[in-house]
Amino acid sequence: MASLVTKNTTLLIKLIKNVTNNSKRLSSHFIYYPDNEVPVEGETAKMNMMQAINNAMDITLKNDPTAVLFGEDVGFGGVFRCSLGLQEKYGKDRVFNTPLCEQGIAGFGIGLATAGATAIAEIQFADYIFPAFDQIVNEAAKARYRSGGQFACGALTVRSPCSAVGHGALYHSQSPEAFFAHAPGLRVVVPRGPITAKGLLLSCIREPDPCIFLEPKILYRSANEEVPVGDYTLPLGKAQVLREGDAATLIAWGTQVHVLLEVADMAKEKLGVMCDVIDLQSILPWDEETVCNSVKKTGRCVISHEAPLTSGFGAEIAATVQEQCFLHLEAPVSRVCGWDAPFPHVFEPLYLPDKWRCYQALLDTLHY
Amino acid sequence: MALRTGACVLRYNALRTTARSLFTRTQPESTQNNVKPAEFPGAKAPYVTEMKFLNETSYDPIPIYRVMDNNGAVFESKEEPSIEKDTLIHMYKIMIQLSQMDKILYESQRQGRISFYMTNYGEEGIHVGSAAALSPEDLVFAQYREVGVFLYRGVTVTDIVNQCYGNVEDLGKGRQMPVHYGNKQHNLVTISSPLATQMPQAVGAAYALKRQENNDRCVICYFGDGAASEGDAFSALNFAATLDCPIIFLCRNNGYAISTPTSEQYRGDGIASRGPALGIRTVRVDGTDLLAVYNAVKESREFAVKNNKPVLIEAMSYRVGHHSTSDDSTAYRSIEEIQKWTNDESPIPKFKMYLESKGLWDAELEKSWAKESRDTVLRTMQVAEKKKLPHWKEMLEDVYYEMPSRIQKQMQEMENHLKKYSDKYPLNKFQSD
Repeated sequence: MASLVTKNTTLLIKLIKNVTNNSKRLSSHFIYYPDNEVPVEGETAKMNMMQAINNAMDITLKNDPTAVLFGEDVGFGGVFRCSLGLQEKYGKDRVFNTPLCEQGIAGFGIGLATAGATAIAEIQFADYIFPAFDQIVNEAAKARYRSGGQFACGALTVRSPCSAVGHGALYHSQSPEAFFAHAPGLRVVVPRGPITAKGLLLSCIREPDPCIFLEPKILYRSANEEVPVGDYTLPLGKAQVLREGDAATLIAWGTQVHVLLEVADMAKEKLGVMCDVIDLQSILPWDEETVCNSVKKTGRCVISHEAPLTSGFGAEIAATVQEQCFLHLEAPVSRVCGWDAPFPHVFEPLYLPDKWRCYQALLDTLHY
Repeated sequence: MALRTGACVLRYNALRTTARSLFTRTQPESTQNNVKPAEFPGAKAPYVTEMKFLNETSYDPIPIYRVMDNNGAVFESKEEPSIEKDTLIHMYKIMIQLSQMDKILYESQRQGRISFYMTNYGEEGIHVGSAAALSPEDLVFAQYREVGVFLYRGVTVTDIVNQCYGNVEDLGKGRQMPVHYGNKQHNLVTISSPLATQMPQAVGAAYALKRQENNDRCVICYFGDGAASEGDAFSALNFAATLDCPIIFLCRNNGYAISTPTSEQYRGDGIASRGPALGIRTVRVDGTDLLAVYNAVKESREFAVKNNKPVLIEAMSYRVGHHSTSDDSTAYRSIEEIQKWTNDESPIPKFKMYLESKGLWDAELEKSWAKESRDTVLRTMQVAEKKKLPHWKEMLEDVYYEMPSRIQKQMQEMENHLKKYSDKYPLNKFQSD
C-alpha cells in the first residue's frame, strides 16, 4: 500500500530522471561491467535493461495469445517505461492498469494462471510487494503442492523493481529476496544487466513454477549491452561464473555483481591475485553446486548483498558453504551486506556494501 | 381481456419511461440552479449548497429475496423456477447426503478417527441451489463450507472421505487438513485455509475465461461474512468491477465468523451494500430458501457471461453447527437461538415441504434415502480407513514442477535416516515402494 505521495506521478518521473543521473551522483557505488558475450548467435541491438525487459515481454505477448501484462500504471508504459508501447501494440485487454492494490494484483495473477493464462504481474516497487506476501507465499508457492498437482499457477511471473537507486530511502530501495527465499515452491530471480534480464525473464515466464523476478532499478537505464533481438532463454537455478581465479570466491547478484567485479579488478591490480566472481542469478532454488565447487577450489568466500545482513540470503549460502566445503576453507566465510537498519536516505553511501567495504573484507579473508 | 390489460400495462410503462427520462434530463438544472455540473474526474455528481453527511441509515436496508415460505409454499408463482422433477429430487438428495455425511464425519472426529472437520448445517440450500444454477464447466472457488457444491458437481462421498483421511486415494495426496477438497475434473479449485485469498484469484480466472474464444463460462466465488472483512475481499470486488470480469461473488452471511457476531464484523448493511458502492450488480437472498438462491444464481450467471460483469449475491443464513470441531459455539451464543434456526428456518425441511407439495417426496422416501446416505458414508469410511497413507516421498513432490537438486538431496537424507530409524516412525501406515 504505497502512500499516495510516493505514487505521485510527478515525483516518479523525477525519480526516473534521477536514475539516469545516478552514474554521476553515485560514481562511488559501482561501475557497470557490460556482458560482452552473447548467449545465442544472431542479430543483436543495443538495449538498456528497461528495453531488454520490454523486448522479452513483447516476444511473450506476440507468441502467447493467453499472455497478459498488468499492474499499477503499466498501461501508459509503466513508471520505469518497461511496458512502453505494448498496450498500443497488443490492446487494452492484454496490457492494462489495475486498481492500486498489490494483494489484488498478485491474487488476480494467480487466478489468471490457474485458469490457463500466462500472467505477468508488475509490482511497482519491490518495497510494495509485502501486501501481496500472503498471496505469493501462502497461495502461489503452495498451489501445486496442496492440490496434489491438480492446480498450479506456474504461468505467473511477478516482476518488480528492487534495490538501491541513490536516493530511494526506505521504500524505494529494498531488496526483499531473502523473504521469498524461505518459501518453497517459488522461484526468485535477479538479473545483473540487459542480456541476463531478457533471457531470465523469458525463462521465468515460461517456467511451470511461479517466479518472482526482481529487477535492480538502477540498471534500467544505466546498463547498456548488445542484446540478441531473437528469442532466447537462460537457465533458472544456475549461477554464472563471470571471472575465474584461485584466490577467493566472490558471490553476489543484481547490481552488487558489478561491485564485486570491480573488487576483483582491484585485487588483481593491487594484490596480483585472481578471484572467481559468481553471479548467483537464481536465489531460489539456488546453484549450490557451482558455488561449492568454486569455494572448494579457492578455499575462501566473500558473499555480498545490498539487503541487511541478518537472515539475508548470504546466511544461507554461508551455512551451506561451511557444511559442504569445511575441509577446504582457509578462512571464515565473509558476508558484506547492508547494515541491519532500514534503508536510509542521506546515509545511502555509508549503508551500501560498496567496493571499499567488499575489498577490505576480501583482504581480511585473504590474510586470515 | 388479458391482452387488453397487457397492452395497457405496456402503454403505462412507456409513459412512465418517457416521464422518467424527462425528469432525469431536467433534474440537473433545477437542482443546481443552472450551475455547471462538477467536472472532477473522480465522480459524476451535481453540486449542492447544503452540507449533508450520509451514514448507514441514509438508505433503506437491501431487502431479502424469497421464493417460498417456511412451509415450502411459493409466494408468487411467476418466481417459481422451472426445474425438472428429477433435478429437484436430486437436489434434495444431495442436501440429505450432505447432512448425513456431516453428522457421521463430525462424530468420527469426536472419536479421533479424523483430525478435523467442519459441518455445513443450515447452509445446505446455498450450496445446492447455487450449484444447480451453474454450468458444470463454471469454475468454482470455495472457502471451505461449500461441500454441497462439490457433491452436486459429482464429487463422491468416497472422494470426500478419502481427503479427510488423507489416504492414498486422496487427490491432494494427504497434504492438507480435512475439508480442503479440490477436483480439477469437476472445475473445483482446491480449497486453502487463508481466508478470502481465493477471491482476487477467482477474479483473475474470470478474466482469463473472458479472453477465451466464444466463452460461455463464468466463475463463482464463495466466501463468508467474516472473510469479507479481509483486504483481499475488497480488492476482488474492485478488480472484478474495473476489469469487467464474468464472476459471481456469493457471500454466505451466516451471522458468525467463529465467535464473532456480524455486529463486530461490520456496521453497514451487511455485505450486499458494498456491491453497488463498487459498481457491482447486487442482490440479497434468503439462503435458507433454495429456490431463491437458485433464481439469483441463474440470473446472475446469465448476466455475468453475457455482459462480462460481476454480480454479488449475499445469501442470508445461520450457521447452525459449531464453526469447526475445534469450537464449542455455545460458549458465545444461546442454545435457544440455535434451536430456532434448526427448527423453524432450516433449508432442508423447507425444500422438503416444497417437494412434498408437488408430490415428489414423502416420508417413506425420506426414510430410505436417509438410511442409504448414512450407509454410504459408513461403508466408505470403513474402506477409507483401511487404505494406506500416500508414500512418504509424496511429502517432497509437487513443491516444484521438477524437483530441484536441494530437495532431491533432502529426500535422500530422509531415506537414509528412515533406513536406520525405521522403527521410530509409523512407516507401516504409509504406502511403500
